[in-house]
Amino acid sequence: MTLSHCIALSLILCGIGLFGMLTRRNLLGILLSVEVILNGANINFAAFAHFKAADPVAGAIFPIFVMAVSACEIAVALAIILSMYRRKKRLDVYRLEELNG
Amino acid sequence: MADFIFSHSYLILLCPLLSFVLIGLGYLRSDNKFVSKFAITLSAISLSYALLTALTYLISVMGHHGLPYPEKIALDGAWLNFTPTLTANMGIYLDPISVMMLVVITVISLLVNIYSVGYMKGDPSFNRFFALLALFSFSMLGLVVSSNILQMFVFWELVGVSSYSLIGFWYEKPSAVAASKKAFIMTRFADAFFLLGILLVSFQSGSFSFQTLNSPETAALLNKNFIFAGISINMLTLGTLLVFCGGWGKSAMFPLHVWLPDAMEGPTPVSSIIHSATMVVAGVYLTARMFPLFAAAETTLFVIQCIGAFTALFAAVIAITQMDIKRILAFSTLSQLGYMIFSLGAAKVCVEGGGHHEASVNLLGYSAAMYHVFTHAFFKCMLFLGAGAIIHAVHSNDIMKMGGLKSLMPKTYWSLFAACLAIAGVFPLSGFWSKDAILLSALQSGHYITFLVGLVTGGLTAFYMFRFFFLIFHGEARSELHHVHEDPWMTWPIVFLTIPTIFAGLLEHFFVHRVIPPHFEEATHFSHPGWLPWLATLAAFLGIGGAWVLYGKGKTEAATSLKRLFGPLYTIVYNKFYMDEVWLFFTHTVVFSYIAAPIKWFDRKVVDGSMDLTGWILQVGGKGVRLAQSGQLQFYLGATVIGLIVFLFLG
Repeated sequence: MTLSHCIALSLILCGIGLFGMLTRRNLLGILLSVEVILNGANINFAAFAHFKAADPVAGAIFPIFVMAVSACEIAVALAIILSMYRRKKRLDVYRLEELNG
Repeated sequence: MADFIFSHSYLILLCPLLSFVLIGLGYLRSDNKFVSKFAITLSAISLSYALLTALTYLISVMGHHGLPYPEKIALDGAWLNFTPTLTANMGIYLDPISVMMLVVITVISLLVNIYSVGYMKGDPSFNRFFALLALFSFSMLGLVVSSNILQMFVFWELVGVSSYSLIGFWYEKPSAVAASKKAFIMTRFADAFFLLGILLVSFQSGSFSFQTLNSPETAALLNKNFIFAGISINMLTLGTLLVFCGGWGKSAMFPLHVWLPDAMEGPTPVSSIIHSATMVVAGVYLTARMFPLFAAAETTLFVIQCIGAFTALFAAVIAITQMDIKRILAFSTLSQLGYMIFSLGAAKVCVEGGGHHEASVNLLGYSAAMYHVFTHAFFKCMLFLGAGAIIHAVHSNDIMKMGGLKSLMPKTYWSLFAACLAIAGVFPLSGFWSKDAILLSALQSGHYITFLVGLVTGGLTAFYMFRFFFLIFHGEARSELHHVHEDPWMTWPIVFLTIPTIFAGLLEHFFVHRVIPPHFEEATHFSHPGWLPWLATLAAFLGIGGAWVLYGKGKTEAATSLKRLFGPLYTIVYNKFYMDEVWLFFTHTVVFSYIAAPIKWFDRKVVDGSMDLTGWILQVGGKGVRLAQSGQLQFYLGATVIGLIVFLFLG
């Protein structure tokens, strides 16, 4: 296992996540895709910290930060999605157009 | 002492201005009695100060036995700084002609003010009339004392706008509105060229002041040719011609004369002041004011002379056939203006004809023209005031509806008799002297054709003036007249004007030999044929005799048969040679359809079209951009990613 394997894995994950984000019509699906992207990025951080950094601990802090922030973010996003679902009975982003300018 | 009086000569202008502002702003709603008193008082103050200035001027120059009279700059202050070297001033310039005009304008303005009290009685816009009359006097006074050409142009336009508002005074009448627009637009058309002339002359000489413009240096500086479109043009000729164009319009020379007869639509006091002291003499005055520069341009003087002589004859012929009392007088004014203009033009000595002396300019032409302005102002003003009184009495403008007024309006009758004799040029009234001087100047300079035209016009003038006179006053009344009386407000100004009409001729010697333009030496002595006064008087008596034969008994039968004899010729003359129709054709057909219509098309399609195209492009672009602003985050993100990839691959 080398650095390039890890980078490839993180790139694949980011690509899958991005693809999901652009193509899913369900809000929950989009949220999942965002998580996949974030995890891809985390792998990248961790890998570089492990292979390159002088002090691996410092590099490990960053993924933990990202996880914490994304957890908060997901909590908020889920709350929004749930209230939206209760209100509209649907989660299709193409049909939720009230805020369209 | 003299300087003190001169330095306060702005009072002459201030009074009418004050009158205009106060009546126009403060007293427009107050009672007519007060306003008329106020206007007459201020006018009288203005007149007395003008007389004081004139007297002081005369006394101060009496010491100068040398000619010419000195010019005095009474006041001069910088007004517009264009460049450090080019400044337009506002000033008061006193020289013989401006002092003379000051007196003439203030006298006539006062008399017209007094007369208007009677004439405009009961008019709903009585106060507005007096305010505008004051503005008119103010602008003309400002014009004559201008110390530089730009100031003159400002007042020139003021005269134009005040005449516009006075001719169109009864703005409920469509004909009056049309006439005022006609007068304004035609004179403005000429003023555009005048402004071009000012720009050309001032740019070349680097100054606006008349003293610089009239100096021989300026003439020499301008006297150079430049090539334009393959034609060599003399700048002096072009500049002076352009400047004269202003006078061409204001003095209503052929073919820009058509506005003047129409200007009769205004109240009669207005016609009177326009035709005697303001507006139309402005053109003559401008020519006289710039005379030293004009004198250097032979072509210009020749053009001026031809135009003047033609207009004099042309208008006199038309005046013979007119039936409207005011139109006869209007054409008579045109004819007299033609005299003044050709007299100025005839100052150029014809080399072939009178080349036996060394002088190239005969100053008599200039003096005679200004002298004729002076005498003509009084009797023409009186004629118009008299015509107004008659219209007021008869309630008609048609001389065919008058007749037999001699016994009913005796004061008017005798006053107008004096005026008609004066304008016909009968010894010893004022008109005889000034016309004689004009004819003499044409003869001395060797312009024989112009001289003959002047002589014939003199005869015609006598004829149509007495036709007018006999038809109005003699014989039996040709229509039902009731309540014919003379209003003292109107009669006394008319009677008063007989004094200058009769006695202004006494000033002839004083005037003709001593009023000469600056930068000229003493008038050279030309031959002075003794037969000329006799010839001129003969022409006048022929005209009067002809009128007596045809109309003396107040009958029109003889004239009617003569009219039939001339048939088509009469019709042409009666319709003023169809000049109005020619202008209408020219403006409507030629200008509107061949010049204005393409320009309109160009404006609509090309100019507006280009603006519309810009708007259309923006609209369509906006629509396109709106498609992208869908609010779909996924779409934005996709665009971002694709954009990034493109950049990566491109970079």
